[in-house]
Amino acid sequence: MLFLKNILYGFFSQIRSMFFTFINIFCKSETVMYPEEKTKLFPRYRGRIVLTKDKDGYERCVACNLCASVCPSSCIILQQKKDKNGRSYPKFFKIDFSRCIFCGLCEEACPTAAIQLLPDFELSDYKKKDLIYEKEDLIISNQGKYLDYDFYSVSGVKIKNKNFSKNNNSINHVDTKKILP
Amino acid sequence: MNILLNFISAFSFVILITMLGAFLSILERKVLAILQNRCGPNRVGWFGSLQILADMIKIFFKEDWIPPFSKKFIFFISPIIAFCISLFMFFIIPFYNKCNILNINIGILFFLMLVSLTMYSTILSGISSGNKYSLLGSIRSISQIISYEIFLGISLMSIIIKSNSYNINDIIISQKYVWNIIPQFLNFLVFFIASLAICHRHPFDQPESEQEISDGYRIEYSGMKFGMFFISEYISIFSVSAFIACIFFGGYLGINNFPISCIILKTFILVFLFILVRASIPRPRYDKIISFGWKFCFPVSLLNLFGTTLFVLIYN
Repeated sequence: MLFLKNILYGFFSQIRSMFFTFINIFCKSETVMYPEEKTKLFPRYRGRIVLTKDKDGYERCVACNLCASVCPSSCIILQQKKDKNGRSYPKFFKIDFSRCIFCGLCEEACPTAAIQLLPDFELSDYKKKDLIYEKEDLIISNQGKYLDYDFYSVSGVKIKNKNFSKNNNSINHVDTKKILP
Repeated sequence: MNILLNFISAFSFVILITMLGAFLSILERKVLAILQNRCGPNRVGWFGSLQILADMIKIFFKEDWIPPFSKKFIFFISPIIAFCISLFMFFIIPFYNKCNILNINIGILFFLMLVSLTMYSTILSGISSGNKYSLLGSIRSISQIISYEIFLGISLMSIIIKSNSYNINDIIISQKYVWNIIPQFLNFLVFFIASLAICHRHPFDQPESEQEISDGYRIEYSGMKFGMFFISEYISIFSVSAFIACIFFGGYLGINNFPISCIILKTFILVFLFILVRASIPRPRYDKIISFGWKFCFPVSLLNLFGTTLFVLIYN
């Protein structure tokens, strides 16, 4: 008797699952027609990698090599150089986007918030060679996601032409754009 | 002259069936997309109407690679066998009164013979590929087809007893008052399950299960040879569902003035049922399929045969 009950139960459960699949005909499709209809991306989306500048127009990157060493696919290459004020900057900075996995570890490792991942995923290209981005392609002229953050107001070595008088700790509040909790 | 006319009509019929098979591959993708809340192919042409052309261009111009470790002649001939056999299955389907290519008195036996021959294309392609995956796929396919063919035949047996003929036209005419699905409902279920297994459809696609044995018996095939396997699968779906429509749903009977549209409608509803089964039911484990066939479907079809025979013996 239990055998018969199992058979009937199995049969009707299959029919039920087929019925629920059939009902989906009358539902609206959830596909987004991508090139015509843009998707809404949130600030924490990890897309295109950029190098940012601070409020005064200086490059934020100090070429500490933390991003290159934390990168799991090792697609970042850079070299440090010092200008005449004693401040270090990257002589060249390359990211191979054909190898990048957009994990965002470089952004987390960066102490000066120079390297940032923006919500933009349209990076495709016809040649693999064109996916190696140089420093000129990466650098943008504003602060990116972290507008108020200034590394030299928090920490850093003493250099000429830079005053450290305002030592306000402005990163105490909860930052919704950061990946870390 | 008459022979020439017959030849032309049969040839155009073959071309039409091949086109239908190619068309069904697009139709299935579209229907599956609708069932899964997607859109399906809609980029080429108006609402994806030219997608079939794009697929054909792609399949014709792909590199037709024959692996050097394969047995070349058998490797070459097995997709042709698959294609021809699935094409032959369609010949016995009557569209209206005695209008089919082969009007033979052993129609059902012919169908069963072709079904058992489909095994050859699978096993030959699996062995000649020289690949462990394809060999595994073909072995699975053989064991599945052997275990499912038996009650495919037995379930047809009770219908033959009921209508007292092997000819499909006679079987259709015998369903004038009530379709066979009502007295033979268990039989219909068993036959439908067996025909799913014969067409290598979900959930019985053991020979080509992508997750375990990547693509089974046709893993080494590319280009037009793969295309022949692909289209033959769809043609066999069409022919098997047309056969079910003839055997269980009264074929061209129904609305008296439009017999052809009647059988086409029934066939398409059954094809939709095939696609619905694919969309909703997951693939069971390999040994469960075989044990389900032997331990459940086989006794059920035997019981049904016994009951039908008893009924016919008492009332005639």
